[in-house]
Amino acid sequence: MRAFGARFCCAAIVASGTAAAGDALPVREIAAGILVHVGAQAEASPSNHGAIANIGFIVGSRCVAVIDTGGSPEVGRSLRAAIRKVTPLPVCYVVNTHVHPDHILGNAAFVADRPEFVGHAKLAAAMAARGRVYLAAAKRTLGPDAADAEIIPPTRAVTGSATLDLGDRALELRAWPTAHTDHDLTVFDERTGTLWLSDLLFIERIPVVDGSLRGWLQVLADLKRFTARRVVPGHGNVTSDWPGATAAQESYLHALLSETRAALRARKTLQEAVETIGGSGRDQWLLFDAFHRRNVTAAFAELEWEE
Amino acid sequence: MYSPRRFLLRAALAGLALILGAGARANDVPDPETAIWKKLQRSLFENRPVASDARGIIELVTPVRAEDAAVVPVAIRTKLTQRPERYVRRIYLIVDKNPSPLAAMFELTPESGRADLETRIRIEEYTHVRAVAELSDGTLFADTRFVKASGGCSAPAGKDPAAAAARVGRMRLAVDGNVSDNQPALAQLMISHPNDSGLVMDQLTRHYTPAYFVRSIKVTYAGKPILTAEVDFSISENPNFRFYFVPVGDGELKAEAVDTKELRFEARLAVRRGPG
Repeated sequence: MRAFGARFCCAAIVASGTAAAGDALPVREIAAGILVHVGAQAEASPSNHGAIANIGFIVGSRCVAVIDTGGSPEVGRSLRAAIRKVTPLPVCYVVNTHVHPDHILGNAAFVADRPEFVGHAKLAAAMAARGRVYLAAAKRTLGPDAADAEIIPPTRAVTGSATLDLGDRALELRAWPTAHTDHDLTVFDERTGTLWLSDLLFIERIPVVDGSLRGWLQVLADLKRFTARRVVPGHGNVTSDWPGATAAQESYLHALLSETRAALRARKTLQEAVETIGGSGRDQWLLFDAFHRRNVTAAFAELEWEE
Repeated sequence: MYSPRRFLLRAALAGLALILGAGARANDVPDPETAIWKKLQRSLFENRPVASDARGIIELVTPVRAEDAAVVPVAIRTKLTQRPERYVRRIYLIVDKNPSPLAAMFELTPESGRADLETRIRIEEYTHVRAVAELSDGTLFADTRFVKASGGCSAPAGKDPAAAAARVGRMRLAVDGNVSDNQPALAQLMISHPNDSGLVMDQLTRHYTPAYFVRSIKVTYAGKPILTAEVDFSISENPNFRFYFVPVGDGELKAEAVDTKELRFEARLAVRRGPG
Protein backbone atom coordinates (compact mmCIF):
# COMPACT_ATOMS: atom_id res chain seq x y z
CA MET A 1 0.00 0.00 0.00
CA ARG A 2 1.11 3.48 -0.76
CA ALA A 3 1.60 6.19 1.82
CA PHE A 4 -2.12 6.85 2.24
CA GLY A 5 -1.96 6.46 5.99
CA ALA A 6 0.29 9.35 6.84
CA ARG A 7 -1.44 11.80 4.57
CA PHE A 8 -4.91 10.88 5.78
CA CYS A 9 -3.79 11.20 9.36
CA CYS A 10 -2.71 14.79 8.73
CA ALA A 11 -5.88 15.58 6.86
CA ALA A 12 -7.88 14.47 9.84
CA ILE A 13 -5.99 16.76 12.18
CA VAL A 14 -6.06 19.77 9.89
CA ALA A 15 -9.74 19.45 9.17
CA SER A 16 -11.11 19.53 12.69
CA GLY A 17 -13.60 22.08 13.93
CA THR A 18 -16.94 23.05 12.48
CA ALA A 19 -17.58 23.31 8.80
CA ALA A 20 -17.95 26.83 7.46
CA ALA A 21 -18.19 28.31 4.00
CA GLY A 22 -15.20 27.33 1.88
CA ASP A 23 -13.64 25.18 4.61
CA ALA A 24 -12.92 21.50 4.23
CA LEU A 25 -15.36 19.27 6.07
CA PRO A 26 -13.76 17.53 9.06
CA VAL A 27 -13.17 13.91 8.06
CA ARG A 28 -11.57 10.98 9.84
CA GLU A 29 -9.78 8.07 8.22
CA ILE A 30 -11.63 5.09 9.61
CA ALA A 31 -9.70 2.56 7.51
CA ALA A 32 -6.93 2.92 4.91
CA GLY A 33 -8.26 5.26 2.24
CA ILE A 34 -11.77 5.58 3.69
CA LEU A 35 -12.59 8.99 5.14
CA VAL A 36 -15.80 9.75 6.94
CA HIS A 37 -17.45 12.86 8.28
CA VAL A 38 -19.64 11.83 11.21
CA GLY A 39 -22.71 14.05 10.98
CA ALA A 40 -24.19 16.07 13.82
CA GLN A 41 -26.85 14.13 15.74
CA ALA A 42 -29.37 16.90 15.17
CA GLU A 43 -32.01 18.02 12.71
CA ALA A 44 -30.74 20.08 9.78
CA SER A 45 -30.27 23.73 10.71
CA PRO A 46 -28.23 26.74 9.57
CA SER A 47 -25.69 26.04 12.34
CA ASN A 48 -24.84 22.58 10.94
CA HIS A 49 -25.46 23.51 7.26
CA GLY A 50 -27.34 20.23 6.86
CA ALA A 51 -24.25 18.11 7.67
CA ILE A 52 -26.25 15.68 9.81
CA ALA A 53 -25.62 12.36 8.05
CA ASN A 54 -22.42 10.35 7.80
CA ILE A 55 -20.85 11.07 4.44
CA GLY A 56 -17.38 10.54 3.04
CA PHE A 57 -15.19 9.11 0.33
CA ILE A 58 -13.06 6.12 -0.63
CA VAL A 59 -9.78 6.55 -2.49
CA GLY A 60 -8.39 4.07 -5.04
CA SER A 61 -5.25 4.30 -7.18
CA ARG A 62 -7.20 5.66 -10.15
CA CYS A 63 -9.99 7.74 -8.66
CA VAL A 64 -12.28 8.56 -5.75
CA ALA A 65 -15.82 7.42 -4.90
CA VAL A 66 -17.94 9.77 -2.79
CA ILE A 67 -20.49 8.03 -0.57
CA ASP A 68 -23.35 10.47 0.01
CA THR A 69 -22.93 14.20 -0.29
CA GLY A 70 -24.68 15.84 2.68
CA GLY A 71 -27.75 17.97 3.19
CA SER A 72 -26.86 21.02 1.11
CA PRO A 73 -24.60 22.05 -1.77
CA GLU A 74 -22.54 23.89 0.86
CA VAL A 75 -21.82 20.62 2.66
CA GLY A 76 -21.08 18.99 -0.70
CA ARG A 77 -18.55 21.72 -1.49
CA SER A 78 -16.84 21.33 1.87
CA LEU A 79 -16.72 17.56 1.37
CA ARG A 80 -15.12 18.20 -2.01
CA ALA A 81 -12.59 20.50 -0.33
CA ALA A 82 -11.79 17.70 2.14
CA ILE A 83 -11.14 15.34 -0.78
CA ARG A 84 -8.81 17.85 -2.38
CA LYS A 85 -6.75 18.04 0.81
CA VAL A 86 -6.20 14.30 0.64
CA THR A 87 -5.80 13.47 -3.03
CA PRO A 88 -5.66 15.11 -6.46
CA LEU A 89 -7.33 12.04 -8.03
CA PRO A 90 -10.61 12.67 -9.86
CA VAL A 91 -14.02 11.90 -8.39
CA CYS A 92 -15.31 9.17 -10.69
CA TYR A 93 -18.35 8.04 -8.68
CA VAL A 94 -20.89 9.70 -6.42
CA VAL A 95 -22.88 6.98 -4.70
CA ASN A 96 -26.22 7.94 -3.12
CA THR A 97 -27.29 5.36 -0.55
CA HIS A 98 -30.93 6.56 -0.65
CA VAL A 99 -33.07 9.61 -1.37
CA HIS A 100 -33.14 11.42 1.98
CA PRO A 101 -32.10 15.05 1.70
CA ASP A 102 -29.26 14.81 4.24
CA HIS A 103 -27.61 12.29 1.90
CA ILE A 104 -28.20 13.75 -1.58
CA LEU A 105 -28.50 17.54 -1.52
CA GLY A 106 -24.72 17.97 -1.77
CA ASN A 107 -24.71 16.21 -5.17
CA ALA A 108 -24.68 19.53 -7.05
CA ALA A 109 -21.16 20.24 -5.75
CA PHE A 110 -19.82 17.31 -7.80
CA VAL A 111 -21.57 17.84 -11.13
CA ALA A 112 -18.54 19.68 -12.58
CA ASP A 113 -16.41 16.58 -11.86
CA ARG A 114 -18.64 14.66 -14.27
CA PRO A 115 -18.76 11.51 -12.15
CA GLU A 116 -21.17 8.62 -12.53
CA PHE A 117 -23.98 9.23 -10.05
CA VAL A 118 -24.83 5.77 -8.73
CA GLY A 119 -27.94 4.63 -6.89
CA HIS A 120 -30.45 1.84 -6.38
CA ALA A 121 -32.67 1.21 -9.42
CA LYS A 122 -35.60 2.81 -7.57
CA LEU A 123 -33.69 5.91 -6.46
CA ALA A 124 -34.59 7.98 -9.53
CA ALA A 125 -38.31 7.43 -8.98
CA ALA A 126 -37.99 8.39 -5.31
CA MET A 127 -36.09 11.56 -6.25
CA ALA A 128 -38.79 12.44 -8.77
CA ALA A 129 -41.57 11.87 -6.23
CA ARG A 130 -39.93 13.71 -3.35
CA GLY A 131 -37.42 16.12 -4.84
CA ARG A 132 -39.71 19.12 -5.08
CA VAL A 133 -40.75 18.85 -1.42
CA TYR A 134 -37.19 18.22 -0.23
CA LEU A 135 -35.83 21.24 -2.08
CA ALA A 136 -38.52 23.50 -0.64
CA ALA A 137 -37.91 22.17 2.89
CA ALA A 138 -34.12 22.57 2.59
CA LYS A 139 -34.45 26.13 1.35
CA ARG A 140 -36.85 26.95 4.18
CA THR A 141 -34.70 25.29 6.84
CA LEU A 142 -31.15 26.05 5.70
CA GLY A 143 -31.49 29.31 3.80
CA PRO A 144 -28.41 30.35 1.79
CA ASP A 145 -26.61 26.99 2.20
CA ALA A 146 -29.37 25.35 0.18
CA ALA A 147 -30.14 28.22 -2.19
CA ASP A 148 -28.58 26.44 -5.17
CA ALA A 149 -29.72 22.95 -4.17
CA GLU A 150 -30.94 20.73 -6.96
CA ILE A 151 -31.88 17.11 -7.41
CA ILE A 152 -29.22 15.25 -9.37
CA PRO A 153 -30.58 11.84 -10.38
CA PRO A 154 -28.42 8.74 -10.80
CA THR A 155 -26.73 8.09 -14.16
CA ARG A 156 -26.16 4.46 -13.20
CA ALA A 157 -28.85 2.32 -11.58
CA VAL A 158 -28.00 -0.73 -9.50
CA THR A 159 -30.28 -3.78 -9.49
CA GLY A 160 -29.09 -6.62 -7.31
CA SER A 161 -25.39 -5.90 -7.07
CA ALA A 162 -22.59 -4.08 -8.91
CA THR A 163 -18.87 -3.46 -8.58
CA LEU A 164 -17.11 -0.11 -8.84
CA ASP A 165 -13.42 -0.18 -9.70
CA LEU A 166 -11.44 2.70 -8.19
CA GLY A 167 -8.09 1.24 -9.29
CA ASP A 168 -6.66 -1.51 -7.03
CA ARG A 169 -9.84 -1.20 -5.05
CA ALA A 170 -13.22 -2.79 -5.75
CA LEU A 171 -16.40 -1.57 -4.09
CA GLU A 172 -19.25 -4.06 -3.96
CA LEU A 173 -22.61 -2.33 -4.12
CA ARG A 174 -25.79 -4.09 -3.13
CA ALA A 175 -29.36 -2.93 -3.74
CA TRP A 176 -31.75 -4.13 -1.03
CA PRO A 177 -35.46 -4.88 -0.98
CA THR A 178 -37.64 -2.30 0.84
CA ALA A 179 -36.26 -1.58 4.33
CA HIS A 180 -35.36 1.91 5.63
CA THR A 181 -36.58 3.09 2.19
CA ASP A 182 -37.56 1.17 -0.95
CA HIS A 183 -34.14 1.85 -2.45
CA ASP A 184 -31.36 1.30 0.11
CA LEU A 185 -27.90 0.71 -1.29
CA THR A 186 -24.88 -0.54 0.69
CA VAL A 187 -21.18 -0.32 -0.19
CA PHE A 188 -18.61 -2.93 0.83
CA ASP A 189 -14.89 -2.26 0.56
CA GLU A 190 -13.21 -5.65 0.34
CA ARG A 191 -9.73 -4.31 0.93
CA THR A 192 -10.50 -3.11 4.45
CA GLY A 193 -13.61 -5.16 5.25
CA THR A 194 -15.62 -1.96 5.69
CA LEU A 195 -19.38 -2.17 5.18
CA TRP A 196 -21.03 1.19 4.58
CA LEU A 197 -24.62 0.61 5.69
CA SER A 198 -25.78 4.21 5.69
CA ASP A 199 -29.33 4.50 7.08
CA LEU A 200 -29.90 0.76 7.27
CA LEU A 201 -28.20 1.31 10.63
CA PHE A 202 -28.85 4.13 13.08
CA ILE A 203 -26.69 4.42 16.19
CA GLU A 204 -27.89 6.59 19.10
CA ARG A 205 -30.22 8.55 16.81
CA ILE A 206 -33.72 7.12 16.52
CA PRO A 207 -34.20 5.00 13.36
CA VAL A 208 -36.69 6.37 10.82
CA VAL A 209 -39.07 3.98 9.06
CA ASP A 210 -39.65 5.29 5.55
CA GLY A 211 -39.95 2.03 3.64
CA SER A 212 -41.22 -1.04 5.45
CA LEU A 213 -40.87 -1.99 9.10
CA ARG A 214 -41.16 -5.71 8.39
CA GLY A 215 -38.86 -5.37 5.37
CA TRP A 216 -36.21 -3.57 7.41
CA LEU A 217 -36.17 -6.28 10.09
CA GLN A 218 -35.76 -8.89 7.35
CA VAL A 219 -32.94 -6.99 5.65
CA LEU A 220 -31.18 -6.58 9.00
CA ALA A 221 -31.40 -10.33 9.56
CA ASP A 222 -29.81 -10.89 6.14
CA LEU A 223 -27.17 -8.21 6.68
CA LYS A 224 -26.05 -9.71 9.95
CA ARG A 225 -24.79 -12.78 8.11
CA PHE A 226 -22.23 -10.57 6.36
CA THR A 227 -18.76 -10.51 7.84
CA ALA A 228 -17.35 -7.01 8.22
CA ARG A 229 -14.46 -5.57 10.22
CA ARG A 230 -16.28 -2.32 10.72
CA VAL A 231 -19.54 -0.71 9.65
CA VAL A 232 -20.46 2.86 8.82
CA PRO A 233 -23.98 3.74 10.01
CA GLY A 234 -25.94 6.57 8.41
CA HIS A 235 -26.00 8.34 11.77
CA GLY A 236 -23.75 7.75 14.77
CA ASN A 237 -20.18 6.59 15.16
CA VAL A 238 -18.38 4.11 12.96
CA THR A 239 -18.02 0.85 14.85
CA SER A 240 -16.26 -2.52 14.73
CA ASP A 241 -19.01 -4.05 16.88
CA TRP A 242 -20.61 -6.02 14.10
CA PRO A 243 -23.27 -7.35 14.09
CA GLY A 244 -23.70 -6.30 17.73
CA ALA A 245 -24.29 -2.70 16.65
CA THR A 246 -27.73 -3.60 15.28
CA ALA A 247 -29.12 -4.76 18.64
CA ALA A 248 -30.55 -1.46 19.90
CA GLN A 249 -32.14 -0.62 16.56
CA GLU A 250 -33.62 -4.11 16.18
CA SER A 251 -35.02 -3.92 19.68
CA TYR A 252 -36.73 -0.60 18.87
CA LEU A 253 -38.13 -1.89 15.57
CA HIS A 254 -39.37 -5.16 17.11
CA ALA A 255 -41.14 -3.26 19.89
CA LEU A 256 -42.70 -0.92 17.33
CA LEU A 257 -43.90 -3.95 15.38
CA SER A 258 -45.46 -5.79 18.31
CA GLU A 259 -47.02 -2.72 19.94
CA THR A 260 -48.52 -1.53 16.65
CA ARG A 261 -49.98 -4.97 15.98
CA ALA A 262 -51.47 -4.95 19.48
CA ALA A 263 -53.03 -1.52 18.87
CA LEU A 264 -54.55 -2.77 15.62
CA ARG A 265 -55.97 -5.85 17.32
CA ALA A 266 -57.51 -3.53 19.93
CA ARG A 267 -59.05 -1.57 17.02
CA LYS A 268 -57.37 1.65 18.01
CA THR A 269 -57.34 4.49 15.50
CA LEU A 270 -54.13 5.78 13.99
CA GLN A 271 -54.26 8.85 16.20
CA GLU A 272 -54.77 6.74 19.34
CA ALA A 273 -51.88 4.50 18.35
CA VAL A 274 -49.61 7.51 17.81
CA GLU A 275 -50.49 8.84 21.24
CA THR A 276 -49.96 5.60 23.15
CA ILE A 277 -47.23 3.48 21.55
CA GLY A 278 -43.64 3.25 22.68
CA GLY A 279 -43.09 6.35 24.77
CA SER A 280 -40.81 4.27 27.00
CA GLY A 281 -38.02 4.48 24.42
CA ARG A 282 -37.68 8.24 24.87
CA ASP A 283 -34.54 8.05 27.04
CA GLN A 284 -32.73 5.67 24.73
CA TRP A 285 -32.66 7.64 21.51
CA LEU A 286 -31.62 11.07 20.32
CA LEU A 287 -34.33 13.02 18.45
CA PHE A 288 -36.98 10.63 19.77
CA ASP A 289 -39.70 13.27 19.87
CA ALA A 290 -38.97 14.40 16.32
CA PHE A 291 -39.41 10.95 14.74
CA HIS A 292 -41.07 8.37 16.97
CA ARG A 293 -44.66 9.44 16.26
CA ARG A 294 -43.86 9.43 12.59
CA ASN A 295 -42.58 5.85 12.91
CA VAL A 296 -45.78 4.76 14.63
CA THR A 297 -47.76 6.36 11.81
CA ALA A 298 -45.75 4.52 9.17
CA ALA A 299 -45.92 1.22 11.05
CA PHE A 300 -49.68 1.54 11.53
CA ALA A 301 -50.31 2.28 7.85
CA GLU A 302 -48.17 -0.71 6.87
CA LEU A 303 -49.43 -3.25 9.39
CA GLU A 304 -53.16 -2.50 9.17
CA TRP A 305 -53.18 -4.46 5.91
CA GLU A 306 -51.82 -7.60 7.55
CA GLU A 307 -54.32 -10.40 7.99
CA MET B 1 -72.77 8.80 -9.31
CA TYR B 2 -70.01 10.67 -11.06
CA SER B 3 -71.19 14.08 -12.11
CA PRO B 4 -69.75 16.01 -15.07
CA ARG B 5 -70.58 19.28 -13.33
CA ARG B 6 -68.37 18.36 -10.41
CA PHE B 7 -65.66 17.23 -12.75
CA LEU B 8 -65.67 20.72 -14.25
CA LEU B 9 -65.57 22.21 -10.78
CA ARG B 10 -62.63 20.04 -9.90
CA ALA B 11 -60.82 20.95 -13.10
CA ALA B 12 -61.45 24.63 -12.47
CA LEU B 13 -60.09 24.32 -8.95
CA ALA B 14 -57.02 22.45 -10.11
CA GLY B 15 -56.34 25.21 -12.64
CA LEU B 16 -56.90 27.82 -10.01
CA ALA B 17 -54.48 26.03 -7.72
CA LEU B 18 -51.79 26.13 -10.39
CA ILE B 19 -52.25 29.86 -10.89
CA LEU B 20 -52.21 30.52 -7.17
CA GLY B 21 -49.28 28.18 -6.63
CA ALA B 22 -47.17 30.19 -9.06
CA GLY B 23 -47.59 33.33 -7.01
CA ALA B 24 -47.61 31.73 -3.56
CA ARG B 25 -44.99 32.76 -1.05
CA ALA B 26 -43.89 31.05 2.11
CA ASN B 27 -45.92 32.54 4.91
CA ASP B 28 -45.22 31.60 8.49
CA VAL B 29 -48.05 33.67 9.91
CA PRO B 30 -51.08 31.45 10.12
CA ASP B 31 -53.74 34.04 9.26
CA PRO B 32 -56.65 31.83 8.17
CA GLU B 33 -58.02 34.40 5.70
CA THR B 34 -55.64 33.34 2.95
CA ALA B 35 -55.96 34.35 -0.68
CA ILE B 36 -56.34 30.70 -1.63
CA TRP B 37 -59.23 30.29 0.78
CA LYS B 38 -60.97 33.40 -0.54
CA LYS B 39 -60.74 32.08 -4.09
CA LEU B 40 -61.89 28.62 -3.06
CA GLN B 41 -64.77 30.06 -1.12
CA ARG B 42 -65.93 31.95 -4.19
CA SER B 43 -65.59 28.87 -6.43
CA LEU B 44 -67.30 26.46 -4.06
CA PHE B 45 -69.89 28.58 -2.30
CA GLU B 46 -70.26 31.66 -4.51
CA ASN B 47 -71.55 34.48 -2.36
CA ARG B 48 -73.01 32.39 0.42
CA PRO B 49 -71.63 33.31 3.84
CA VAL B 50 -69.39 30.76 5.55
CA ALA B 51 -69.46 31.12 9.34
CA SER B 52 -65.95 30.85 10.76
CA ASP B 53 -67.34 30.16 14.22
CA ALA B 54 -68.46 26.53 13.92
CA ARG B 55 -68.85 25.80 17.63
CA GLY B 56 -71.85 23.60 18.20
CA ILE B 57 -71.79 22.38 14.60
CA ILE B 58 -68.45 20.92 13.59
CA GLU B 59 -64.92 20.42 14.88
CA LEU B 60 -61.86 19.58 12.83
CA VAL B 61 -59.18 17.58 14.65
CA THR B 62 -55.67 17.46 13.19
CA PRO B 63 -52.20 17.05 14.64
CA VAL B 64 -50.30 20.33 15.05
CA ARG B 65 -47.45 18.84 13.10
CA ALA B 66 -47.72 16.40 10.20
CA GLU B 67 -45.50 13.67 11.63
CA ASP B 68 -45.56 11.78 8.35
CA ALA B 69 -46.55 14.11 5.53
CA ALA B 70 -47.89 11.13 3.56
CA VAL B 71 -50.29 9.99 6.30
CA VAL B 72 -51.81 12.81 8.35
CA PRO B 73 -54.85 11.67 10.33
CA VAL B 74 -57.80 14.10 10.29
CA ALA B 75 -61.09 13.74 12.10
CA ILE B 76 -64.28 15.71 11.66
CA ARG B 77 -66.57 15.65 14.66
CA THR B 78 -70.06 17.03 14.47
CA LYS B 79 -72.22 18.18 17.31
CA LEU B 80 -75.54 17.62 15.57
CA THR B 81 -77.58 14.46 15.51
CA GLN B 82 -78.50 13.70 11.91
CA ARG B 83 -82.29 14.19 11.77
CA PRO B 84 -84.35 14.60 8.60
CA GLU B 85 -85.33 18.14 9.65
CA ARG B 86 -81.72 19.30 10.14
CA TYR B 87 -78.54 17.44 9.32
CA VAL B 88 -75.08 17.86 7.87
CA ARG B 89 -75.59 17.38 4.16
CA ARG B 90 -72.04 17.91 2.96
CA ILE B 91 -68.56 18.23 4.36
CA TYR B 92 -65.79 19.77 2.30
CA LEU B 93 -62.23 18.95 3.34
CA ILE B 94 -59.76 21.54 2.08
CA VAL B 95 -55.96 21.68 2.27
CA ASP B 96 -55.06 25.20 1.17
CA LYS B 97 -51.54 24.65 -0.08
CA ASN B 98 -51.86 21.22 -1.63
CA PRO B 99 -51.61 21.08 -5.44
CA SER B 100 -55.32 20.29 -5.53
CA PRO B 101 -56.81 21.94 -2.44
CA LEU B 102 -60.23 20.25 -2.40
CA ALA B 103 -59.20 16.92 -0.87
CA ALA B 104 -62.72 15.55 -0.52
CA MET B 105 -66.38 16.38 -0.66
CA PHE B 106 -68.50 14.05 1.45
CA GLU B 107 -72.29 13.79 1.18
CA LEU B 108 -74.15 12.50 4.19
CA THR B 109 -77.76 11.63 4.95
CA PRO B 110 -80.02 11.34 7.98
CA GLU B 111 -79.32 7.58 7.78
CA SER B 112 -75.66 8.32 8.54
CA GLY B 113 -76.71 8.92 12.14
CA ARG B 114 -73.69 11.04 12.86
CA ALA B 115 -71.70 13.06 10.37
CA ASP B 116 -68.41 12.24 12.06
CA LEU B 117 -65.64 11.23 9.66
CA GLU B 118 -62.02 10.23 9.90
CA THR B 119 -59.54 9.89 7.08
CA ARG B 120 -55.86 10.49 6.29
CA ILE B 121 -54.44 13.11 4.01
CA ARG B 122 -51.19 14.14 2.42
CA ILE B 123 -49.78 17.51 3.35
CA GLU B 124 -47.35 19.21 1.02
CA GLU B 125 -46.18 22.06 3.24
CA TYR B 126 -47.24 24.27 6.16
CA THR B 127 -50.91 24.85 5.47
CA HIS B 128 -54.36 25.58 6.76
CA VAL B 129 -56.69 22.61 6.69
CA ARG B 130 -60.43 23.30 6.69
CA ALA B 131 -63.61 21.37 7.15
CA VAL B 132 -66.71 23.14 5.88
CA ALA B 133 -70.09 21.71 6.87
CA GLU B 134 -73.11 22.46 4.76
CA LEU B 135 -76.34 21.85 6.65
CA SER B 136 -79.57 20.67 5.08
CA ASP B 137 -80.86 24.25 5.32
CA GLY B 138 -77.93 25.43 3.19
CA THR B 139 -76.01 27.22 5.93
CA LEU B 140 -72.23 26.83 5.96
CA PHE B 141 -69.81 26.51 8.88
CA ALA B 142 -66.03 26.19 8.67
CA ASP B 143 -63.51 24.99 11.21
CA THR B 144 -59.84 25.58 10.43
CA ARG B 145 -56.54 24.25 11.74
CA PHE B 146 -52.99 25.17 10.84
CA VAL B 147 -50.78 22.12 10.29
CA LYS B 148 -47.01 22.31 10.14
CA ALA B 149 -45.42 19.95 7.67
CA SER B 150 -42.68 17.92 9.26
CA GLY B 151 -39.12 18.66 8.25
CA GLY B 152 -36.35 16.31 7.18
CA CYS B 153 -37.23 13.29 5.15
CA SER B 154 -41.02 13.58 5.45
CA ALA B 155 -42.69 13.71 2.04
CA PRO B 156 -46.24 13.25 0.82
CA ALA B 157 -45.16 10.51 -1.61
CA GLY B 158 -45.74 6.81 -0.92
CA LYS B 159 -43.08 4.64 0.68
CA ASP B 160 -43.13 1.63 -1.62
CA PRO B 161 -44.91 2.39 -4.92
CA ALA B 162 -44.22 -1.07 -6.35
CA ALA B 163 -45.88 -2.77 -3.38
CA ALA B 164 -48.81 -0.33 -3.58
CA ALA B 165 -49.31 -1.02 -7.29
CA ALA B 166 -49.24 -4.78 -6.68
CA ARG B 167 -52.29 -4.83 -4.45
CA VAL B 168 -54.58 -2.23 -6.08
CA GLY B 169 -58.24 -2.67 -5.38
CA ARG B 170 -58.26 -4.83 -2.27
CA MET B 171 -60.97 -3.50 0.02
CA ARG B 172 -62.00 -4.04 3.61
CA LEU B 173 -65.21 -3.04 5.28
CA ALA B 174 -65.59 -3.49 9.02
CA VAL B 175 -67.98 -2.46 11.78
CA ASP B 176 -66.65 -1.71 15.24
CA GLY B 177 -68.05 -3.72 18.13
CA ASN B 178 -71.61 -4.91 18.54
CA VAL B 179 -74.37 -2.97 16.84
CA SER B 180 -77.79 -2.21 18.21
CA ASP B 181 -80.89 -1.01 16.43
CA ASN B 182 -81.17 2.71 15.85
CA GLN B 183 -77.82 3.45 17.49
CA PRO B 184 -75.21 5.00 15.18
CA ALA B 185 -72.51 2.38 14.55
CA LEU B 186 -68.92 3.10 13.54
CA ALA B 187 -67.72 1.56 10.27
CA GLN B 188 -64.37 1.56 8.53
CA LEU B 189 -63.63 1.34 4.83
CA MET B 190 -60.09 0.58 3.65
CA ILE B 191 -59.12 0.62 -0.02
CA SER B 192 -55.73 -0.57 -1.17
CA HIS B 193 -54.70 1.95 -3.79
CA PRO B 194 -51.55 4.02 -4.53
CA ASN B 195 -53.70 7.16 -4.83
CA ASP B 196 -50.90 8.68 -6.82
CA SER B 197 -50.81 12.43 -7.37
CA GLY B 198 -49.07 12.10 -10.73
CA LEU B 199 -46.94 15.13 -9.88
CA VAL B 200 -43.82 13.15 -10.69
CA MET B 201 -41.69 13.85 -13.72
CA ASP B 202 -40.28 10.86 -15.57
CA GLN B 203 -36.55 11.60 -15.80
CA LEU B 204 -36.26 10.05 -19.26
CA THR B 205 -39.30 11.42 -21.05
CA ARG B 206 -39.58 14.68 -19.03
CA HIS B 207 -43.31 14.02 -18.95
CA TYR B 208 -45.38 13.89 -15.83
CA THR B 209 -46.81 10.52 -14.93
CA PRO B 210 -50.61 10.54 -15.03
CA ALA B 211 -52.41 10.88 -11.73
CA TYR B 212 -53.98 7.63 -10.57
CA PHE B 213 -56.32 7.86 -7.62
CA VAL B 214 -59.66 6.79 -6.19
CA ARG B 215 -62.10 9.49 -7.29
CA SER B 216 -65.40 8.41 -5.84
CA ILE B 217 -66.81 6.31 -3.06
CA LYS B 218 -70.36 5.29 -2.33
CA VAL B 219 -71.44 3.48 0.80
CA THR B 220 -74.99 2.27 1.30
CA TYR B 221 -76.74 0.46 4.13
CA ALA B 222 -79.82 -1.61 3.26
CA GLY B 223 -79.75 0.10 -0.13
CA LYS B 224 -79.82 3.66 1.24
CA PRO B 225 -76.86 6.02 0.82
CA ILE B 226 -74.83 6.60 3.99
CA LEU B 227 -71.72 8.25 2.65
CA THR B 228 -70.95 9.40 -0.88
CA ALA B 229 -67.65 11.09 -1.55
CA GLU B 230 -65.66 12.65 -4.31
CA VAL B 231 -62.07 12.40 -3.30
CA ASP B 232 -58.67 13.31 -4.61
CA PHE B 233 -54.98 12.47 -4.39
CA SER B 234 -54.73 14.64 -1.28
CA ILE B 235 -56.18 11.54 0.41
CA SER B 236 -53.32 9.27 1.49
CA GLU B 237 -52.26 6.09 -0.24
CA ASN B 238 -54.62 3.25 0.73
CA PRO B 239 -57.61 5.54 1.36
CA ASN B 240 -59.13 4.90 4.76
CA PHE B 241 -62.44 6.24 6.06
CA ARG B 242 -64.30 5.87 9.34
CA PHE B 243 -67.93 6.91 9.35
CA TYR B 244 -71.27 6.15 10.98
CA PHE B 245 -74.51 4.55 9.89
CA VAL B 246 -77.69 3.57 11.72
CA PRO B 247 -78.42 -0.17 11.64
CA VAL B 248 -82.03 -1.30 11.73
CA GLY B 249 -82.53 -5.03 11.85
CA ASP B 250 -80.16 -7.07 9.71
CA GLY B 251 -78.95 -5.22 6.63
CA GLU B 252 -76.03 -5.10 4.28
CA LEU B 253 -73.36 -2.45 4.21
CA LYS B 254 -72.00 -2.04 0.70
CA ALA B 255 -69.10 0.10 -0.51
CA GLU B 256 -68.16 0.92 -4.09
CA ALA B 257 -65.10 2.83 -5.21
CA VAL B 258 -64.15 4.04 -8.67
CA ASP B 259 -60.66 5.18 -9.63
CA THR B 260 -59.40 7.44 -12.40
CA LYS B 261 -58.87 4.45 -14.70
CA GLU B 262 -62.57 3.71 -14.24
CA LEU B 263 -61.77 0.54 -12.33
CA ARG B 264 -64.56 -0.34 -9.89
CA PHE B 265 -64.04 -1.98 -6.54
CA GLU B 266 -66.72 -3.29 -4.25
CA ALA B 267 -67.03 -4.67 -0.72
CA ARG B 268 -70.06 -5.96 1.19
CA LEU B 269 -70.65 -6.71 4.82
CA ALA B 270 -73.69 -8.28 6.42
CA VAL B 271 -74.43 -6.34 9.59
CA ARG B 272 -76.18 -8.28 12.33
CA ARG B 273 -77.26 -7.16 15.73
CA GLY B 274 -74.84 -8.23 18.41
CA PRO B 275 -75.84 -10.24 21.46
CA GLY B 276 -77.17 -7.59 23.84
